[in-house]
Amino acid sequence: MSLAVQTFSSVRDASDALESEGIRYLGGGTLVVRAVNEGDVSITGYVRSTAPTLQTIDIAEGRATVGASVTMAAILAHVGLAGLHPVAKAVGGPAVRNMATVGGNLFAPAPYGDFTVGLLALDATVHSSDGDAPIEDFLAARNDRRKPDLVTAVSLDVPSAGVLRFLKVSRVKPRGVSVVTIAAALALDDAGKVSSARIALGCMADRPMRAHVAEQALIGRQLVKEEIREAVAVIGEGTNPVTDPVASAWYRSEVLPVHFSRLLLG
Amino acid sequence: MARVPVQFTLNGQDRAEFVESGVTLLHALRHTMGDTSPKAGCQQGTCGACTVIVDGELRLSCLTLAETCEGASIETAAGLANEGLLHPLQRAIVDGFAAQCGFCTPGMIMAAKTLLDHTPNPTRDDVVEAISGNICRCTGYEPIIQAVLTAAQSNSQKAG
Repeated sequence: MSLAVQTFSSVRDASDALESEGIRYLGGGTLVVRAVNEGDVSITGYVRSTAPTLQTIDIAEGRATVGASVTMAAILAHVGLAGLHPVAKAVGGPAVRNMATVGGNLFAPAPYGDFTVGLLALDATVHSSDGDAPIEDFLAARNDRRKPDLVTAVSLDVPSAGVLRFLKVSRVKPRGVSVVTIAAALALDDAGKVSSARIALGCMADRPMRAHVAEQALIGRQLVKEEIREAVAVIGEGTNPVTDPVASAWYRSEVLPVHFSRLLLG
Repeated sequence: MARVPVQFTLNGQDRAEFVESGVTLLHALRHTMGDTSPKAGCQQGTCGACTVIVDGELRLSCLTLAETCEGASIETAAGLANEGLLHPLQRAIVDGFAAQCGFCTPGMIMAAKTLLDHTPNPTRDDVVEAISGNICRCTGYEPIIQAVLTAAQSNSQKAG
């Protein structure tokens, strides 16, 4: 199957070209070309942009702005983003990491989109041709837009190494498709009690989601077995996990509390 | 469908061809340029059989559009042997019985070559990580891992 490819040097021109029916933005190709290869006839052409800003990582005053075309490999090569390295490394094998982009990962359906799980826990902001949005709002509306936005970047407070607790559970080692992915950004007070929590889950819905009830249940608790019991019990609240060849929804629901507990205590 | 010109270097040789717009690099290599070493496996980015090196980086040719490789330097397994002599990775794969059906082998070798190009003395974990995007359904991986380590050793002995 052959499709026309339109390449623009400006983001605005590329964004305008996306208004045509059936035209999809081509980032690394790991989602869109994959869909075409699989026989998705709704895609009638590709649009791409070579704008340098899409491929730039900028860190200023503790805030990182990562262009949408930045690859997982580029994240791993950037020492200033060491806090994101465990998340980027969870995406695919070396070839996929050379291709898969930050912007594309925002649109990856379950069981993919592990990097977005990390971004959701870290309260990133998504910048697009139509403005900025908190990542949670962006994800909630990502498939509902009448006119597709062209995501240009994500920004977030630079996480120090180890701030983000991240776990991707897969059956194939060392790299496999996710059974469940959990990211937790926790702040502890001087007494070792949780003062703030943002917990994100992958594969527990059709897209990454927050675990709001479990977050509330962790506030004021120390990360010891007796004190996390309530949060572990409610980690599945509001989830609607996917069933796919990797795992059933039932299985994902059963193992989520086990792995969440290990992530908190590990 | 419109045809578009693409020019790149394939295994050190300049190539200029017309390909259908939107065609993958895998399709262009196999059906236009006659290089059948990258294999069409899953075409979903999962199996790694189509793996090639583009400008020194490992890429999945089934998910890469030929038009996006304009001006690039592309390496495939077909270009590794030199004047009839197998590349050390190919030699180690053959000697170590690390290919059974052989379908994954060209992609596996390119993944391993990228590793050795950047890390001449890899650990076993380095090798496992390097080939983690390449699926083999025959060997159980162990002979492949050993072959890559053997090739690395062979390279370092030559360098020494």
